[in-house]
Amino acid sequence: MAGPKANVDAADDPDDGDDGVRIDMISGARMEGLTTMEKIRLILDGVRDGNIVILEEGLSPDEESRLIEVTMTEISPDDFTGIEIETYPKAEAGDQSFLDKLMGRESTQKLTVIGPANRIETLHKDENLISTLVSRK
Amino acid sequence: MGLLTNLRDSISRVTDGLFAADEPKRIGIYGPPNAGKTTLANRIARDWTGDAVGPESHIPHETRRARRKENVEIERNGRTVTIDIVDTPGVTTKVDYKEFLDHDMEKDDAVRRSREATEGVAEAMHWLREDVDGVIYVLDSTTDPFTQVNTMLIGIIESQDLPALILANKTDLPGSDVQQIANAFPQHETIPLSALEGDNMDEVYTKIAEYFG
Repeated sequence: MAGPKANVDAADDPDDGDDGVRIDMISGARMEGLTTMEKIRLILDGVRDGNIVILEEGLSPDEESRLIEVTMTEISPDDFTGIEIETYPKAEAGDQSFLDKLMGRESTQKLTVIGPANRIETLHKDENLISTLVSRK
Repeated sequence: MGLLTNLRDSISRVTDGLFAADEPKRIGIYGPPNAGKTTLANRIARDWTGDAVGPESHIPHETRRARRKENVEIERNGRTVTIDIVDTPGVTTKVDYKEFLDHDMEKDDAVRRSREATEGVAEAMHWLREDVDGVIYVLDSTTDPFTQVNTMLIGIIESQDLPALILANKTDLPGSDVQQIANAFPQHETIPLSALEGDNMDEVYTKIAEYFG
């Protein structure tokens, strides 16, 4: 089942992407059935279109590593300069069940904000708040 | 037949393990750009082999390929630890060639440098997942360690169960704040040093032997 998705445009005309900033909020349920590369494609396709992508549950460390690697391969002069990514500091393992710990399953539940490096700037970040400035195209 | 195959596999595992114990550990030097990774790699290589690993520079992304110095033998407390040092490009999530133009670089050179930098970072991430046995994570102690790249990299290293030593570099500079790094990653031991001046390298070598020996 597809998760919630918001399309927020600052302009009066919601179809006028040149004036607005689109934000895709992707639920954990939407990401759950995807492979690592499908998740990375979903994120990077959105970011390369100039969108801000917010993941309800974030990525695993291995997925983050591959996201950096794939991002690097896609950077090109005057087109795509990479991503800005912010997450809350990783929560302690206290929210993991005993079975998760026993099976070595990691909790990746950490809200993650990803955007084009040339459009998003982190103003402030602490364990409870991520404040970002998003510029228009 | 199956019994013989199992027996052969068991013997192979035991012999592989014996040889593996003697093989040098590949220790990746990771960290953000301009933390002093190559300066540290050169310091270690010069101290124990007499050779350098690569050129150092204040311009970000001077190291754009992972460079390996093999069979560095570090003697500590009567025993010798042999490691391969892998100096890696500074990890980042963005590279813009325009930043290099500020360092008196022509556009063509800046574009080429940025392209090589992106390839180098991708390679470094691959090394981290596949090819290193331990990590020395170098941070510039004059800058804020609470960055997303540091958080992600430490998380990736921890998820791989790799032994990791955090070094707070550039203690020779005013504004150095080692405690801030220790506070950022309290789950790891933080060792202060100046790779440029060679300050506190004795403790660094002792810890390298302890962590990776």
